Amino acid sequence: MSTWSNPFLSVSPILCALPKVAKGRQMFWEKPMETLKGDDLKRLQEDRLKETCSRAMGTGFYRDLFKSAGISPADIKTLDDITRLPFTRKQDLRGGYPFGFLAVPLSSVVRIHTTSGTTGKPTVVGYTRGDLEKWSSLIARNLTMVGLRQGDVFQNMVNYGMFTGGLGFHYGAEKIGLTVIPSATGNTKRQIEMIHDFGVTAIHCTPSYAMHLAESAEEAGIKLDSLKTGIFGAEPWSESLRGELEEKLGVTAYDSYGLSELYGPGVAFECQERDGLHIWHDCYLVEIIDPVTGEQLGPGEQGELVVTPLVKEAMPLIRYRTGDVTMLIEDDCPCGRGMKIARITGRSDDMLVIRGINVFPSQIEHVLLGIPEVGNQFMVYVDRVNHLDEMTIEVELSRTHFSGELADLARIQKKVIKELRDALELRTTVRLVEPGSLPRFEGKAKRVIDRRTGD
Amino acid sequence: MPAECMIRQISVFSENKPGKLASIAKALQEGGVNILAFSIAEADGFGVVRAIVNKPEIAYRELTRLGYNVAFTEVIAVGMEDRPGGLYEIADLLGGASLNIEYAYAYSGKEGAVLILRVDNPADAIARIQAGGRRCLPSSVFQ
Repeated sequence: MSTWSNPFLSVSPILCALPKVAKGRQMFWEKPMETLKGDDLKRLQEDRLKETCSRAMGTGFYRDLFKSAGISPADIKTLDDITRLPFTRKQDLRGGYPFGFLAVPLSSVVRIHTTSGTTGKPTVVGYTRGDLEKWSSLIARNLTMVGLRQGDVFQNMVNYGMFTGGLGFHYGAEKIGLTVIPSATGNTKRQIEMIHDFGVTAIHCTPSYAMHLAESAEEAGIKLDSLKTGIFGAEPWSESLRGELEEKLGVTAYDSYGLSELYGPGVAFECQERDGLHIWHDCYLVEIIDPVTGEQLGPGEQGELVVTPLVKEAMPLIRYRTGDVTMLIEDDCPCGRGMKIARITGRSDDMLVIRGINVFPSQIEHVLLGIPEVGNQFMVYVDRVNHLDEMTIEVELSRTHFSGELADLARIQKKVIKELRDALELRTTVRLVEPGSLPRFEGKAKRVIDRRTGD
Repeated sequence: MPAECMIRQISVFSENKPGKLASIAKALQEGGVNILAFSIAEADGFGVVRAIVNKPEIAYRELTRLGYNVAFTEVIAVGMEDRPGGLYEIADLLGGASLNIEYAYAYSGKEGAVLILRVDNPADAIARIQAGGRRCLPSSVFQ
């Protein structure tokens, strides 16, 4: 995906120049922290980890957890010592409803957000004044990193209520002096009108809303020429959607990652290289684990993101399992910043273990996206035949790739099997089905049917 | 002339499931399309229904409307003697010229037996068959 394929950008000399000079004129909000490396970074992380552990002792949950692990916060001396502590899960947070995870008195909490739970009680997140200051600084880093500065007009098209995306971005954007339009959600016609009339240069919303906005503007025949930057997050989105949004909206699109338990948005963010998201190493200690065994994985290995926030005051957490699937990227990013994670590809609770190999539906989707002869919809069936796991993938033949010959169909089938084997290191059965015959999902897709019984 | 002898076969991608053939046949019936020759080729869970019909355009439209993947494939139709050895004569003509048959199906009607052939090189095949004294039926016979 190249910025230069975007026709809007290619005719604008100012914007064309931007990525080229970026390396020389990188903009930072807190450069020393953003570029901290080596032993200095390690020392800072260790100090902050120790502080976090002692802060966590302010909650009954972590007092019990340390006790049952048979250690005290003083035993945590190095970053590696963290593996002596168990993980904290979403259901633990729900169990502490409403204020069981607050390590400070409620009187020190200046704001509360909640995240909607699909089942039962929501998760409550509290913030001290210091937390809000830190959080908005992280947002400020992100917005500065993608080239926004005073003079830019920023329309924040996400929910401003209990959801962290609204207020979170709002205060960070004000901090760096952007002209902020707290337009929140809804009334797409009005959103388009404001972008057009106020000369909005940057927007923040979910990628699916961005697509809706783009199509609505197109239908209304309104050109949104002032836009240059799109920040999209809160749901996973593909590179092909990035390309479409960039073309339709005339923006450079950046991926934003966060979750309320870790403040909200701003945890990790793409820089102008757009090759992975920088996760703020002075505020978040990162592990990637095998979601089944809990073992740590190395760079380049896909697994679940586990985060220990290092500066949270009101609600310290230790080894929080995000459920999001990614991997560590170890390279020297030309922007000069540190630790990166790959774009989120799915949820670890979707993971399948087939003959001992971890398989994420997102990997299958990725393979199929690269094969033009088949569609993007698919279903996965898992069976156990003679004590062996068998995975069957149904995929639709593309409408434009039917030659009429059985031999060509067999070739396509073989190609899909081979590419899946290359990507998953697993033999699968592939069934070609008629176009349009697989279920379409409007909400959360349910593409995996596991028919294995415990034998 | 080879062009006259090229016959448009309609090929339909179909999953191997109960009711599929009925659904295809019903669509053709509703379009008033008559099937003159027909075969099913089956692979791993899917197949291709191949047919020579009198109104290929209508068949294409009706089946596509139902969501089927439909393609036209060019085949040739060779008149055979309806007696022992009839098929051998045609097959031998092609085999002797090293012309490969991808697939074939046949019917035996009132005017004689007809062999539908899909070959790599139809122009060569037609020439060879005509040189061997056999007749390739023009598409006007069917369509």
